[in-house]
Amino acid sequence: MRTIALRQALREAMEEEMRRDPSVFLMGEEVAQYNGAYKVSQGMLDEFGPKRVIDTPISELGFAAIGVGAAMNNTRPIIEFMTWNFAELAIDQVVNHAAKMVSMTGGQFSSPMVFRGPNGSAGQLAAQHSQAFENWYANVPGLKVISTCDPYDAKGLLKSAIRDNDPVVFMESESLYGDLGEVPEEEYLIPIGKAAVKRVGTDVTIVSYNKMMKVAMGVADELAKENISAEVIDLRTIRPLDWHTIVESVKKTNRLVIVEEQWPFGSVGSEIAYRIQKEAFDYLDAPVRRITTADANMHYAPNLVAAYLPNVERTLKLVKEVLYMNK
Amino acid sequence: MQTPFDKKTYLYWYELMMLMRRFEEKAGQLYGMQKIRGFCHLYIGQEAVAAGIMSATKDTDNMITAYRDHGLAIAKGISADACMAELYGKATGCTKGKGGSMHFFSKEKRFFGGHGIVGAQIGLGAGIAFAEQYQGTDNATICMFGDGAARQGMLHEAFNMAVLWKLPVIFICENNGYAMGTSVERTSKVLDIYRLADAYDMPGDSVDGMSCEEVHKGIERAVRRAREGGGPTFLEIKTYRYRGHSMSDPAKYRSKEELEEYKEKDPITNVLKTIMDNNFATQEEIDAINEKVRVEVEASVKFAEESPYPDDSELYKDIYMDENYPFIVD
Ligand SMILES: Cc1ncc(C[n+]2csc(CCOP(=O)(O)OP(=O)(O)O)c2C)c(N)n1
Ligand SMILES: [Mg+2]
Repeated sequence: MRTIALRQALREAMEEEMRRDPSVFLMGEEVAQYNGAYKVSQGMLDEFGPKRVIDTPISELGFAAIGVGAAMNNTRPIIEFMTWNFAELAIDQVVNHAAKMVSMTGGQFSSPMVFRGPNGSAGQLAAQHSQAFENWYANVPGLKVISTCDPYDAKGLLKSAIRDNDPVVFMESESLYGDLGEVPEEEYLIPIGKAAVKRVGTDVTIVSYNKMMKVAMGVADELAKENISAEVIDLRTIRPLDWHTIVESVKKTNRLVIVEEQWPFGSVGSEIAYRIQKEAFDYLDAPVRRITTADANMHYAPNLVAAYLPNVERTLKLVKEVLYMNK
Repeated sequence: MQTPFDKKTYLYWYELMMLMRRFEEKAGQLYGMQKIRGFCHLYIGQEAVAAGIMSATKDTDNMITAYRDHGLAIAKGISADACMAELYGKATGCTKGKGGSMHFFSKEKRFFGGHGIVGAQIGLGAGIAFAEQYQGTDNATICMFGDGAARQGMLHEAFNMAVLWKLPVIFICENNGYAMGTSVERTSKVLDIYRLADAYDMPGDSVDGMSCEEVHKGIERAVRRAREGGGPTFLEIKTYRYRGHSMSDPAKYRSKEELEEYKEKDPITNVLKTIMDNNFATQEEIDAINEKVRVEVEASVKFAEESPYPDDSELYKDIYMDENYPFIVD
């Protein structure tokens, strides 16, 4: 199978959907003439023209609102945020408007659209440029939330998101746009709301998503060297949460660790821990544990970035605690 | 020939602009060597804006800007040592290695940052000015933002309240022609950005940002109005950045000719010419200034190299003022 980068997988998803459905357009900062701040939309202006690939001024609240309004009126906008940090300016439109449209209009209007862009830290970018917001949006009824950086999953899920009749928050990763993965030439869709078992195992379940999947897989590799078999689940969709897949795994492994780039208070892992203790209490041989970012703002210095983010070493230690190996 | 300013002012401008320029040329090199990480936006080309502001304000006036903050921080008096150490992420930096390139701050020098969210500081600047008015001082606040930032809704809300409450703030749009790869022409039909002030009955003006003299004059008038209770002014200062938006931008969206056209008007070259034409300094004196700047920049690199990184325990420091905050640690 051919191998392509995450940015190309995302681009192909948008291109295919735009060819298929003339009501789909892409709007955001630097998406057209500059070919995307991170080159995700490279070449799209050439193919689709300025009517459908639209550069905006730096006016997040304004163009998000134009997206929601357009979505109410028979189009399917893809609104790109240069990063999700900047979407904070537009959160009014995402939360107070897009997420509420079906409810407050008694089902007459909807906002079938995608808000997408890179999320989370990307090196030494300091406090304002390093935030991960999956749990914020996942808290909101009316939204669906996807977070992935695997090229195959990203393409299939973005296509589903564009076709979905509800507003979808789609989170990528700035530092992984160049990451390669196998993606077939043929068209495929991946359903929203389905987690994927990325590695089958029997001794412990590790759940993760987006770039922390690298940590999860790295930990599983390390464990394998000690003949411990970890099952690794990539959530891919955060809301709706596919807890059934996690329960099935925990029934087998009896142990669960969540690795996430999220602040701990009310994190995605917090929700999973609640659900699993409720649905699989009798199967658990150890408390559900999670490893998150520090409960802090991310500082600039390299050692403080390293201390802030989950890594293989600390996650491995935690997994071994769950396996009662360190005590 | 009669110059509008005295010898002292020209020499001040020259030395300050040379320090900004050489400091950032060095920072650019060090970025290439990966000594400096993250985003790094250079101010090279825009130095006359900082220089003209400084000669027309006093130390107790406040300044706030965006992430393109190295030059302005140096102008406001943060040492090259503290700036370079910050770029390195060292504990001796002007925010202790916490903020990096985009977030230089100094409470002592009344430099309020260093902000990464485009346009947000337009409102913050109005707030800083509000507090000066509230406390009955005559300090002015210099609030700077880019041409791209001028398209944020924040500008309109902040302008309106600043006029309504006669806040002692000078809003400055440093129009360097581009917001990342987007030229001003592609962001609005209002190309004379200073005219946005008209909508709120705020005095607005356009200023040549390649000229220290013109910047000084524009700021002087605006600052006087602010101190006398006349409220805010909006100045669009036309300037140019010689480098890309940040270190990762090859700036293919503009022509070599356009860049050369601005380099012809280089403020450092111009100030030096005025100094020489008027015999304000001998070549030896200029050489001595250049050498002083060179030594200062070299010393800042040595200082940064030799400084320690923050201790790992700093991870949970400077999150709250409350030193006993119970963080969630598992
Ligand atoms: C709210 C927000 N949106 C987008 C960005 C990404 N961004 C950083 S700088 C920039 C361009 C700003 O241009 P301008 O205001 O003209 O300032 P200049 O860089 O020219 O100094 C953009 C789009 C951001 N930091 N914040
Ligand atoms: Mg600009």
